[in-house]
Amino acid sequence: MLTIKNLHAEVEEKQILKGINLTVNAGEVHAIMGPNGSGKSSLASVLAGRENYRVTQGEVIFKGENLLDMSPEVRAREGVFLAFQYPIEIPGVSNINFLKTALSEIRAHKNLPPLDAKEFLRMSREKQKLVEFDAQLVNRSLNEGFSGGEKKRNEIFQLAMLEPALSILDETDSGLDIDALRIVSKGVNKLRSENNAFIIITHYQRLLEYIVPDFVHVLYDGRIVKSGTKELALELEEKGYDWLKEESREKATTI
Amino acid sequence: MPNDNEIIDNIANKEYEFGFVTDIEMDILPAGLNESTIRYISEKKKEPEWLLNWRLKGYQSFQKQKLPEWQNFELPAIDFQKISYYAAPRNKKKYNSLDEVDPELLATFAKLGIPLSEQKALTGVAVDAVFDSISIATTYKDKLKELGIIFCSFGEAVQEHPELVQKYVGSVVPHSDNIFAALNSAVFSDGSFVYIPKGVRCPMELSTYFRINTENTGQFERTLIIADEGSYVSYLEGCTAPMRDENQLHAAVVELIALENAEIKYSTVQNWYPGDKDGKGGIYNFVTKRGICKGANAKISWTQVETGSAITWKYPSVILQGDNSTGEFYSVAVTRNRQIADTGTKMHHIGRNTRSRIISKGISAGEGNNSYRGLVQIGPKADLARNFTQCDSLLIGDRCGAHTFPYIESKNNTATVEHEATTSKIGEDQIFYLNQRGIDSEKAVALIINGYAKEVLNQLPMEFAVEAQKLLSITLEGSVG
Ligand SMILES: Nc1ncnc2c1ncn2[C@@H]1O[C@H](COP(=O)(O)OP(=O)(O)O)[C@@H](O)[C@H]1O
Ligand SMILES: [Mg+2]
Repeated sequence: MLTIKNLHAEVEEKQILKGINLTVNAGEVHAIMGPNGSGKSSLASVLAGRENYRVTQGEVIFKGENLLDMSPEVRAREGVFLAFQYPIEIPGVSNINFLKTALSEIRAHKNLPPLDAKEFLRMSREKQKLVEFDAQLVNRSLNEGFSGGEKKRNEIFQLAMLEPALSILDETDSGLDIDALRIVSKGVNKLRSENNAFIIITHYQRLLEYIVPDFVHVLYDGRIVKSGTKELALELEEKGYDWLKEESREKATTI
Repeated sequence: MPNDNEIIDNIANKEYEFGFVTDIEMDILPAGLNESTIRYISEKKKEPEWLLNWRLKGYQSFQKQKLPEWQNFELPAIDFQKISYYAAPRNKKKYNSLDEVDPELLATFAKLGIPLSEQKALTGVAVDAVFDSISIATTYKDKLKELGIIFCSFGEAVQEHPELVQKYVGSVVPHSDNIFAALNSAVFSDGSFVYIPKGVRCPMELSTYFRINTENTGQFERTLIIADEGSYVSYLEGCTAPMRDENQLHAAVVELIALENAEIKYSTVQNWYPGDKDGKGGIYNFVTKRGICKGANAKISWTQVETGSAITWKYPSVILQGDNSTGEFYSVAVTRNRQIADTGTKMHHIGRNTRSRIISKGISAGEGNNSYRGLVQIGPKADLARNFTQCDSLLIGDRCGAHTFPYIESKNNTATVEHEATTSKIGEDQIFYLNQRGIDSEKAVALIINGYAKEVLNQLPMEFAVEAQKLLSITLEGSVG
């Protein structure tokens, strides 16, 4: 589904991603961990097409096509979904109308007509239930005055509604209490299928107890310095990142 | 991929949609203003002596007054002698039915989305259409007549209900009020007249559509709405003009009178030609709108969506004379290219326990400049008067401006006056967030704008809220994508 090859990117002339390689197949869940400032959100931003990032080298192939050639909205319509680390508030725009617009755009891209109001509402109710999202929040203005946790849960509700092929969750767990974390994880697990894939960015091993990843990668200073299975997450939890920092420094000097 | 600046430039440079000219034979008075101009207009309209005299007094006030100097923009010189003060479609007798109206004219209004034939008219909306100086058609007249509601052109009201006109004209906006009101009093050509009898709830929206067509003419309409005790009316005004390189003057006067327990809701969707992107041409929209809550528990509510005109200069106001009366002002004003809007309201609290609410939403794009100017005045007898003002500005790009000038004068210490103001920018973050959900930047901006203006748009009658939403979107949309 997604192949990232030797991806280099900079923001404000500062090199942030320094050669990322990653392959994600349909049906897989990949976790990306790493210390603050290592470039996790930057990787998500580059994949989603945020304008201030400039790709200087490498390529990204998504479903056989060059992702980097597409505008952010086309990437979204093709099935790339980013659950933001800091979801944005848009006052006065109702959550549900926004979702209806988004879904219609995505469907139009696939030459499908927009869902009629009834069908749309039915779907919305079903997904609210699936991810246990508060019905009251559905009719409020988009993220306006939502608590941190409500915003994160709204991201997952949107994910459920838009049914993307590739979902990138950027620290969706931070700011969630244990109950909310369990609910969000349950939702994600229900949404997992043979046809979609997830990249889950997190600091904590805790989330990975609920959403069990197929692979765990450690991002450090713009590179994936170690990959493994879910046991790697446990090891990181125990030992921290320092041992990896040293390992990577040695690597960097030998290159 | 377009960047933010391109999006913003596109938004700022979007073309005006209603800029066409109707080719129709007109009777046009040569440019110039003097007493005989006024006599000519009055005679053309077969007016009674008292009205001619009132016009002449208006003209005297006009001559005594100077153009204001307190505004926050450079007022271009206006040569009042270069304007023609009367233009009417030729073939002018009174239209008895729509069949007699020039098809070209009907086509013009149809093109503007204002069908005048009653069958096709928006359901539940009675329309009066004013083309240059003359009212063309008032629909649903008979239906309204049954309820005793009078909805007709101002000229017709002068002929058929002179006692009402004489009693109320100039009673809220005197001819000496300001230079443009004085000019209007002298040369007003037509406009709409509404009277709702005691206890009657007008069952449909009343609507007037103004269109300036002829070159070098001004439009000076006068609207007078009287809601008798316990009555209710909702009234909507819309306006467009062709694109022309010269500036055209629009100096209207609107007077609202709400008697005891009566309510008037007055909504405006103003989309006069704003001029091109370099600021050439466009309408000068200098309008005096004022209402009075004469009796206890009366309510007047102004809602305006202002997207057009080169310069908009207006302050729909309410005189809260009756005890417990309420005044409201809801406004969205958009400026882009070189447009200027200096708008706001005045709430004069005179009676006890009077309330006012002001919600102003300015949107500036391109090099547009938007000013909110408001006055809340609490008189010595206005015990327990309350005002709430919220005044928000939204900036698109960094070459535009927003300014607020709130004035408060309170002579009563039992009054409560609250003022909130915010300024925000449409952020790249907001646009990107919507992009990431599959929505292109153009639609994203439209969504954000409509969300921002929602509190005001919600005040509009349903049919028009949708129209206004679309208008805001087209006004601000670029050809991105
Ligand atoms: N807009 C920006 N301008 C300059 N530096 C940035 C910008 N965004 C991120 N960075 C820098 O990029 C690096 C990686 O940040 P980020 O991707 O947010 O890390 P993580 O998500 O792993 O904590 C940090 O050093 C951060 O300061
Ligand atoms: Mg981050």
